[in-house]
Amino acid sequence: MNKAEKHIKEPFMRVIKRDSISWQKAILVRALAIIGSLLFSGIICYLLIGANPLKLYITLFEGAFGTKRRIWKLAKDLALLLCISLAITPAFKMRFWNIGAEGQTLIGCLASVACIYYLGKGMPNWLLIILMFVAALVASALWAVIPAIFKAKWNTNETLFTLMMNYVAINLVAYYLLKWTPSGSSTLGMLSEGHLPKLMNNEYLLLILVVLALTVAMYIYLKYSKHGYEIAVVGESENTAKYIGINVKKVIIRTMVLSGALCGLAGFLIVGALDHSVTTASAGGLGFTAIMVSWLGKFNPFTMILTSLLVVFLENGADRIVTVFNINDAFPSIVTGIVLFFIIGCEFFINYKVIFRKKEAK
Amino acid sequence: MFKKALSLVLAAVMVLSLGLVFTSCSDSKDDFKLGVILLHDEFSTYDLNFMNGINAAAEALGLDETQVIYKKGIPESNACYEAACDLVDEGCDVIFADSFGHETYLIKAAKEFKDVQFCHATGTMAHTEGLDNYHNAFASIYEGRFLAGVAAGMKLNELIANGTIPEGTTPKMGYVGAFTYAEVISGYTSFYLGAKSVCPDVIMDVQFTGSWYDETAEKNTALALINSGCHLISQHADSMGAPTVCEEKGIPNVSYNGSTVSTCPNTFIVSSRIDWAPYIKYICEQTMNGEKIDVDWTGTISTGSVVLTDVNTKAAAPGTVEKIADVKAKLLDGTLHVFDTDTFTVGGAKLDSYKADVDTDKDYTPDTEVIKDGYFHESEFRSAPYFDLRIDGIKLVNEEY
Repeated sequence: MNKAEKHIKEPFMRVIKRDSISWQKAILVRALAIIGSLLFSGIICYLLIGANPLKLYITLFEGAFGTKRRIWKLAKDLALLLCISLAITPAFKMRFWNIGAEGQTLIGCLASVACIYYLGKGMPNWLLIILMFVAALVASALWAVIPAIFKAKWNTNETLFTLMMNYVAINLVAYYLLKWTPSGSSTLGMLSEGHLPKLMNNEYLLLILVVLALTVAMYIYLKYSKHGYEIAVVGESENTAKYIGINVKKVIIRTMVLSGALCGLAGFLIVGALDHSVTTASAGGLGFTAIMVSWLGKFNPFTMILTSLLVVFLENGADRIVTVFNINDAFPSIVTGIVLFFIIGCEFFINYKVIFRKKEAK
Repeated sequence: MFKKALSLVLAAVMVLSLGLVFTSCSDSKDDFKLGVILLHDEFSTYDLNFMNGINAAAEALGLDETQVIYKKGIPESNACYEAACDLVDEGCDVIFADSFGHETYLIKAAKEFKDVQFCHATGTMAHTEGLDNYHNAFASIYEGRFLAGVAAGMKLNELIANGTIPEGTTPKMGYVGAFTYAEVISGYTSFYLGAKSVCPDVIMDVQFTGSWYDETAEKNTALALINSGCHLISQHADSMGAPTVCEEKGIPNVSYNGSTVSTCPNTFIVSSRIDWAPYIKYICEQTMNGEKIDVDWTGTISTGSVVLTDVNTKAAAPGTVEKIADVKAKLLDGTLHVFDTDTFTVGGAKLDSYKADVDTDKDYTPDTEVIKDGYFHESEFRSAPYFDLRIDGIKLVNEEY
């Protein structure tokens, strides 16, 4: 080693782009991110409330898997979140930023409840359920296709448009609740008609099976159908799509009809299988969480099962932490936020490599 | 690198599984448990009022913290039923829910778990459902509102005497309400009648926000009322919106659900609230002793359920404390009734008879005669309020809510 070379200072660390990463390594990085985020949440929690971090993790697992009922609830919550995530996936794959799943789901709920409210009495249950199903799908598809038409015809910004439609939906529900409750309470309560049947005496099973079937169908649709191919091409490059003769406007509108209708399905399931009622909070923020689930799952329906499991596990587990440690209800959001931050952050280490300066040989 | 990481993962898994083994060994000595379902958490004045009552009751009964299990942030949906089921699994003997919209879902749980007692604040369906283990509760808060109204009326008299309200101007109060719901109507009417009992000329504007908790809307509504010439503001909504605006504008405020004196030292007069501690204590004791809980339980001034905060002498008119004590004594001995039909008119006429919607049904049919012996019998046929008359002297600014 001569003198001149010694004077070139190598930086302490540098970042280079990886060409590729083995899937084992990618999984390892993600697993480390999740563990790291949980450790970090534990430290935060210890600093804030002085709770034993070990007890914290145990509580987290107990909250998600502690009893048979909690495991069923976890599966149900997962299915519902996955359903809405699947609904927005085709739109997102097409690079159509549908931030309106919350409102589209809520409109599905409202349409289902309207069927029960106006037609519930004096109609066989099976017919009512079919009507609720159709009404929810049609209403939500309409809600979603309005911004799609504006985008296709006048190239309006779909992010803002779909976002605004959420607030319109929320206020529409508030309006009907006032109309339907002359006592002024704005609370409809559980309605006695239009309940979906229980399978094997379990309230959640039907809902879970429907979403499972939808997951498989969505995978096939996106991967093997002509529609799925068109969505992918439009998402990659609109000009390429036009060049090879794809009718971009048609694809945008058709995909948003599908996206909306599936949100409607989620709304129908919420009303028919769970709430039997509607409030302005019926969609419960799932429409927004679904965006994360879909992104993290890289628009792959089967990977999305895992990402929704992660989110639901964290939320249910953290709910239990709120109960056991008697802390504020904001805690589940904090934990979810920390974990997502780590997971999104770890994508950096999957795409890039950090190289440290090697020790000089003596 | 890979091996290191793997050993880290394995270590973490082992630690976690060890923890699981430990927890499964825990066992509590005293097996009574109270489960609580809250709509929000301690950051809502509504839920905080319940939490304060529950904690006070738990302390009085000597319950430790593992015996009171809170479920916070439970929406008015099937999630309430799920929370109730989970509390049953936890071994709760009594489960209490605090929000009106929880009711039907709590009934669903009550039908499934017959051995567990379910108690619900503000609900209306217990007396018609006919379940042995489902109960409603409320308090005669209209009496507390009436007393707070007396304090408001005295303040107006002071403002008239010192010229703040010029001669020839009708003293006017403003009221921020949530919805045109019986609980709210009963509340503002009793408040108005309390003020009118000491300041006979007073009129009142009521403006609704269409939400139980919307700080911005409550602020704007209070501001609109002040700008339309109201001399004093009160509210039935859960945020700090209205009191804060009053402090900014220097307008006297009569609060609800607890004292706001720390934020509004110059304008806060007094606040009425329901103290839930007596009810929580009652349901726990009845369950521990294996005795029945009332289907409908109405707390009163004498049970300690209807309370006023300390009067803020800096803002209140002189003599307010004494006057309130005087009126309270009359309410207690039955010589004074809040909804005495001699003190108000509807459409210019005195009422002799009125049928209220006491039994909940889809069409809201009036079903029960509630005027007897010269006064409206509020909270007697069920615990939740059903006074929904629009009396003269009160103007509803926006009835659409």
